[in-house]
Amino acid sequence: MASSMSVSRRRFGRLLARISGSRRQFSSTTSSISIDDQQQQQAQPQPQPRSLNLYSAINQALHIALDSDPRAYVFGEDVGFGGVFRCTTGLADRFGKSRVFNTPLCEQGIVGFGIGLAAMGNRAIAEIQFADYIYPAFDQIVNEAAKFRYRSGNQFNCGGLTIRAPYGAVGHGGHYHSQSPEAFFCHVPGIKVVIPRSPRQAKGLLLSCIRDPNPVVFFEPKWLYRLSVEEVPEHDYMLPLSEAEVIREGNDITLVGWGAQLSIMEQACIDAEKDGISCELIDLRTLIPWDKETVEASVRKTGRLLISHEAPVTGGFGAEISASIVERCFLRLEAPVSRVCGLDTPFPLVFEPFYMPTKNKILDAIKATVNY
Amino acid sequence: MAVWFSRSRTIGYCLRKKLGFFGLVGHESSCCFSPSFRHISSIRQIGGSYGNPNGFLNDSAIHFRSWRFESSTAETQLDPQYFQEEDDLNQGLDFPGGRVTFTSELRFISESGDKRVPCYRVLDDNGDPITHTSFAQVSKELAVKMYGDMVTLQMMDVVFYEAQRQGRISFYMSTTGEEAINIASAAALSSDDLVLPQYREPGVLLWRGFTLQDFADQCFGNKADCGKGRQMPVHYGSSKHNFFTVSSPIATQLPQAVGVAYSLKMDKKDACVVAYFGDGCSSEGDFHAGLNFAAVMEAPVVFICRNNGWAISTPIEEQFRSDGIVVKGRAYGIRSIRVDGNDALAVYNAIRTAREMAISEQIPVLVELLAYRVAHHSTSDDSSKYRPVDEIEYWKSSRNPVNRFRKWVERNGWWSDKEESELRSSVKKQLLKAIQVAEKTEKPPIAEIFTDVYDHPPPNLKEQEKVLREDIKRHPKDYPSDVSL
Ligand SMILES: Cc1ncc(C[n+]2csc(CCOP(=O)(O)OP(=O)(O)O)c2C)c(N)n1
Ligand SMILES: [Mg+2]
Repeated sequence: MASSMSVSRRRFGRLLARISGSRRQFSSTTSSISIDDQQQQQAQPQPQPRSLNLYSAINQALHIALDSDPRAYVFGEDVGFGGVFRCTTGLADRFGKSRVFNTPLCEQGIVGFGIGLAAMGNRAIAEIQFADYIYPAFDQIVNEAAKFRYRSGNQFNCGGLTIRAPYGAVGHGGHYHSQSPEAFFCHVPGIKVVIPRSPRQAKGLLLSCIRDPNPVVFFEPKWLYRLSVEEVPEHDYMLPLSEAEVIREGNDITLVGWGAQLSIMEQACIDAEKDGISCELIDLRTLIPWDKETVEASVRKTGRLLISHEAPVTGGFGAEISASIVERCFLRLEAPVSRVCGLDTPFPLVFEPFYMPTKNKILDAIKATVNY
Repeated sequence: MAVWFSRSRTIGYCLRKKLGFFGLVGHESSCCFSPSFRHISSIRQIGGSYGNPNGFLNDSAIHFRSWRFESSTAETQLDPQYFQEEDDLNQGLDFPGGRVTFTSELRFISESGDKRVPCYRVLDDNGDPITHTSFAQVSKELAVKMYGDMVTLQMMDVVFYEAQRQGRISFYMSTTGEEAINIASAAALSSDDLVLPQYREPGVLLWRGFTLQDFADQCFGNKADCGKGRQMPVHYGSSKHNFFTVSSPIATQLPQAVGVAYSLKMDKKDACVVAYFGDGCSSEGDFHAGLNFAAVMEAPVVFICRNNGWAISTPIEEQFRSDGIVVKGRAYGIRSIRVDGNDALAVYNAIRTAREMAISEQIPVLVELLAYRVAHHSTSDDSSKYRPVDEIEYWKSSRNPVNRFRKWVERNGWWSDKEESELRSSVKKQLLKAIQVAEKTEKPPIAEIFTDVYDHPPPNLKEQEKVLREDIKRHPKDYPSDVSL
């Protein structure tokens, strides 16, 4: 699973740079990792990969999904003109308004409609405009999508449903354009939760989610829509679900994260290395059902674990990872599991830099854990 | 009566592209109130003409429990949409809500009326009162304040929008095109009425005395912001002005408004609740919850829908297939009216009347105001991507609510060019000063990160504050310097 690292250029979007660029101490690099070897082998000679940002990679995945399956549909608020983050640009023109369309402003409607569409053997790709606005659909996701197969004794399922939603901090989003609600959904047997960290990952993982025979919630790191740029193969490829990826190998401590937070964690790893600490960084990619084995194997090697996410620390998915690894590796652990996460407050606009699990908070926690 | 949309619903929904959003056809004047209702003191009568005396109940056995609210009984007037001459009104079924007559005809209720619900207005496009129109007299003093606030609102939008473009504030939403809705509805209320806003109603706060400095402080999120810098710009709120804090999630305010109103009802207050919302908002589940609760609880709420044709890029044809919002009232058992939202006098009259009904009869009322979102949705939006520029131009020039009201005020001899230029230069000065001051004012202290999550910070937050303060000492460069410790 180890892979070579290359640092790709990351451009700051005009708006982001203006509003918050001076404040944010975030890493300006992101890792780009080669996709699974097998997957590349299957492919015929392909055109050269192109440099793409995250939203364009998502757009490409949606193009492929619609193109490769006539029973695939893309819908949600404002998706017709390309979506507020441009992820659905060009889709309605190419595939027609009966397959790519605006819905009324109603999240419970979007997901309920998607469940019904999926139950008839279609691929329903629903967009929720912001993860912060997924809550009106909570009942449809938790009580309906997640239990559709189980409650019918597998007579019915809505496995063709994929819900995409941009999540996370963006520098100026305040309470309702910044949330990371993944942990709520990780408490729900019957759905999968997937979060990509980069354009290439996003394309491969989204195609897997769309084609997975289970309902999936796919959270997209909106902070990276424009900022994260890497080479993305043009062809149709999928990356496996429920397989974590070791994106940086090390011996002294294991770091686990997902989505946008990984680039911050990576910066901390690079800085720690200067102090002689060797960090192993794991991208969990699928949060449920998650790849305990990869994390366990790493912690058995390093003896230390740090988890970092933007969501509030209390009840975050970091708690679940921590408990599971303590169960499995108690005697191997040389320090308490460390969590560097968001504060237990609503996401506060002007205090965003204070709220965030910054590189230096992670770096300090790495040192404290290693020197425990 | 001006036909607002060129497309007719009976013809189909696909004409919009060709004909655009606008189109003004015909000029037959229509008035919804008879002249005797000019005076607000006769409001009760207005209610009566709409009201629901329990006609059916009188001649039928009541088989359901009598605690049901009176207004849930059937209507006396026979609606031609539902009744035909052949129907035998003596044959019927006693059913909760009132007697239901039988019919032998297999007949579905049409999905739409023959004609669209007309739109009440007072001033024509030139700012002339339409003959026979009924409206309450507006004094010079009131009219001048209304006009002044409409101009101020307009200018605030221009200056704050520009501040966002310059990167001085992070975000902004303009009210352009909805100045009359904002100011005239606010003018029709009493300051005791509680307002639950969506977000495009800052004019209500302006009317109530929220200063330009207050607006600027919120947009800059400094320590003078009563929201303590925690929310994005335009998420205003002021308990002093009976204006609940704006929340981004759409439609959540609607059922909340009913709870607030029920409290006023229980306390027998001489006030109502006013809940604002957009056309897009009406698609949310909370819209249904809010209206249905209001009807069943008989709560004094005035629901004000700003139907401005768009929800971000989604036109109303893709939002609903009803004749707008006004017709939804009846389905919930709520009295409703459609009003020209670009006519300040019509808005003022309709809201004033609706408010009186809500309070005196203790019922909800739904008002649909037709207007156009001339502005981009927000500073994150470029509406030229999804709508024709000439459509925007048409609403901005030919149907401009501020210009129309100005013509009327001028015609009355209450306003001159000199006053206009004095007003504008004074407002501009105040705005620039407000922005300068807001920009210089420091951010709220970091202790405010942890307050107000609960009434008192629990131990986990106290600990997190301690850890954060240590981190700031270790890494001062990670943190903005304009936030005081
Ligand atoms: C629950 C929820 N879903 C989606 C959004 C994103 N959003 C913000 S404003 C808006 C459109 C609202 O349109 P409308 O109600 O017509 O109000 P207008 O902007 O026209 O004043 C949308 C979809 C949101 N804020 N909340
Ligand atoms: Mg609207």
